Amino acid sequence: MGAKPYLYLLVVTTIRFMESIIKVTHLTKVFKEITAVNDLSFTVQKADVYGFLGQNGAGKSTTIRMLLTLISASEGDIEIFGYDLLKHRKKILRNVGAVIERPDLYKYLTAYETLQLFAKMSEVKIGKQQLMEQLELVGLAQRAHSKVRTYSQGMKQRLGIAVALVHNPELIILDEPTNGLDPQGIADIRNLILMLSQKMNKTILVSSHLLNEIEQIANRMLIIDKGKKLVEGTVNELFSPDDTLIYLESRSNVICENVLRSNGYGSYITSFDAGGIVLKLRKEQVPALTKMLIENNTEILGITPRHSLEDYFLKITTANQHVEPFKN
Amino acid sequence: MWSLLKIELFKVFKRPRTYIAFIAVWAIVTLIQIAIYVDGPKYMDFVMKDIKDNFDVIGNPLNGYFVCFIILQTLLIHVPLLVALVSADMIAGEANMGTLRLLITKPISRTKLLLSKFLASSIYAIILLIWIAILGLFVSMLVFGTDGLMNVKSYEIIILNGNDIFWRYICAFGYAAIALITVASLGFFFSIFAENSLGPIVATMSVIIVFTILTTLDIPLFQSVKHLFFTSHMIGWKGFFEMKVDADGVSIPGTIRNLPAVLRSAAILVLHIVLFVGGSIFIFNRKDVLS
Repeated sequence: MGAKPYLYLLVVTTIRFMESIIKVTHLTKVFKEITAVNDLSFTVQKADVYGFLGQNGAGKSTTIRMLLTLISASEGDIEIFGYDLLKHRKKILRNVGAVIERPDLYKYLTAYETLQLFAKMSEVKIGKQQLMEQLELVGLAQRAHSKVRTYSQGMKQRLGIAVALVHNPELIILDEPTNGLDPQGIADIRNLILMLSQKMNKTILVSSHLLNEIEQIANRMLIIDKGKKLVEGTVNELFSPDDTLIYLESRSNVICENVLRSNGYGSYITSFDAGGIVLKLRKEQVPALTKMLIENNTEILGITPRHSLEDYFLKITTANQHVEPFKN
Repeated sequence: MWSLLKIELFKVFKRPRTYIAFIAVWAIVTLIQIAIYVDGPKYMDFVMKDIKDNFDVIGNPLNGYFVCFIILQTLLIHVPLLVALVSADMIAGEANMGTLRLLITKPISRTKLLLSKFLASSIYAIILLIWIAILGLFVSMLVFGTDGLMNVKSYEIIILNGNDIFWRYICAFGYAAIALITVASLGFFFSIFAENSLGPIVATMSVIIVFTILTTLDIPLFQSVKHLFFTSHMIGWKGFFEMKVDADGVSIPGTIRNLPAVLRSAAILVLHIVLFVGGSIFIFNRKDVLS
C-alpha cells in the first residue's frame, strides 16, 4: 500500500515523458503537379532531439514549413502540444521557436535590437539583462551592439537560434541549422542543441542532410525521401552494434588481409574501399582486433570507425522504397 | 496591433533607404527655392508674359505661397516613386532578407501583420508629406514672405487673397496624403507577390505612368473610363485653389468651386486603398511562404 504514491508518480512521469509534442498524420503537400510531401506520419515525443533526415529536395523543409504554418497542407493533420495547428495556431506558436535555413535577419539592426524586436513579436516582456543572457547563451554578448551586417554566417545562425529561444519555447524547430557553416560553426550549433536538450529539457526537431551531425545529437530520427517516410525509430534501433563498420588503413592491404584471415577475421571483411579494408563487427571486438594487428606487426596507418547510418541511408534512399527499421 | 505598428515603424526608420526620400525632397525643394530666389523676377516675367499688358500686379506675387505651389506641382509627380521605395519593400524586402518566414512563425495573424505594415508605410508617406510641407510651405513663407496667390491656368487666372490661402494648403496636404497612401497601397499590393523590392517598385511606377498617359491621351475610349483610374484623381488637391464666383463673376473668398468633385475624387482614392489592401490581405492569407 505504501508504494502506491511512488507507483503513481512513476506512471505520471512515464506518461509525461511519453507525451507527444508533435503528431503528424497523413500529411500531404502538392505543388501543382509535384507531390513534395506524401502521406507522411510521425510523432515527436517530449524532450526528444528528433532528427529529420533526407536528401536535398526530400520534403524536409516543406514539412517543417507546414508545421510552422508558412504553407498550408493539401491533406492531413498536424497536432502540436495536443492541439490542432490550424485551429490553435496562435496558442501553439507562442510556445514554438524556429530557425528556418539561413536566417539573414535585419542587417541594419544590432543583435540586441533584433532580439528585442522578436521578443515583442512573441508577446513576452524581457528585460535588458535577460536579453543579454540570451545573447550570452549563443556566445554573442560581446557583439550585442554590432550591426548584423558585420556578422559571419555562423554568428547569424547563432543569433537566429537566440531569436528562436527568446520567448523560452518548449519546442524548437531547426531547419538545416548547420547549412553554410564552417566546422567550428557546425560544432558550436551542435553543442548548443545538446545543451538545450540536456540542460534545458527542450524538445527539438532538427532537419539536416548531414547524417553525422544528426547521429551525434538525435535520440530519434525519421528518414524521408521524395516526400515519403522511409524509416522512423530511435537511434539505438538504427545503430545496431552488429552494424559497426571499421575502416582499416595499412601500409600493405595484402599483408593486412592475410593477417586478418589467418586470425579468424576473414568473415568480417565486407569490402575494400579507397585503399583500405572495411570490416563489419561489434564494437567490443575492436580492442581485440587492434591487439591482434599489433602482435602480428601489421603496419597500420589508421583505424577509423564508420557508422552504418550513411550506408543505410544511401541504401534506402537509392532504393526509394519502404523498408523495415533495423532490429537489434 | 499598436505594438506591431511600433515594431514596423522602428524597422522603417532604422533603414538607411528610408532617408533617401527625405534627402531627395530636401535637395529638390532647396534647389527650386534657390533658383527662384536668384532668378525669381525673370521667372515671373515668363509666367506673366501673356497677361502683364492687361493687368497691373500690385504686391508681391513671388511669395512663399506661390513658391510652394510650384514646388507641389513639381514634387507631387515624383513623390510617388519615393513612397513606392518603402511601401513596395514592406513584404518583398522581408521575403528577400529571409525574415518574412520568421515573422509568420510568430503568434500573430497574417492580417494583423499586413495591416501593421500597411499602416507603417502610410505613416511614412504622411511624415514625408509633412517634411515637404515644412520645407516647401513654411520655409518658403519664411524666405519669400506671404501675399496673395496667383493660380495661372490656361483659360483663367485665379487670384487668392493672402488670408484665404493657408487653410487651402492644409486641405491640399490632407488630400495629397490620401493620394500618396493610395500609391503606398498599390506598392504594398505588388509587394506580396515578389521576393525582392525592385519588381514591385517598378510595377507601381509603371502603373502610375501608364495610367497617367492614358488619362492625358485625348482618345474617346480612354476618356470614358479615365475617371476610374486613381491617377486621374491624384491631382485633385488643386481643386482647393479654385473659388466659387457670384453672378457678377466675382470670386467668393473662403469657398471651393467644386467641393463635391474634390470629395468624390478623395472617395475614389479611398476606395482604391480599400481594394488594394483588402486584396493584399485576401491573397496573403492564402499564400504559401516559400521564400
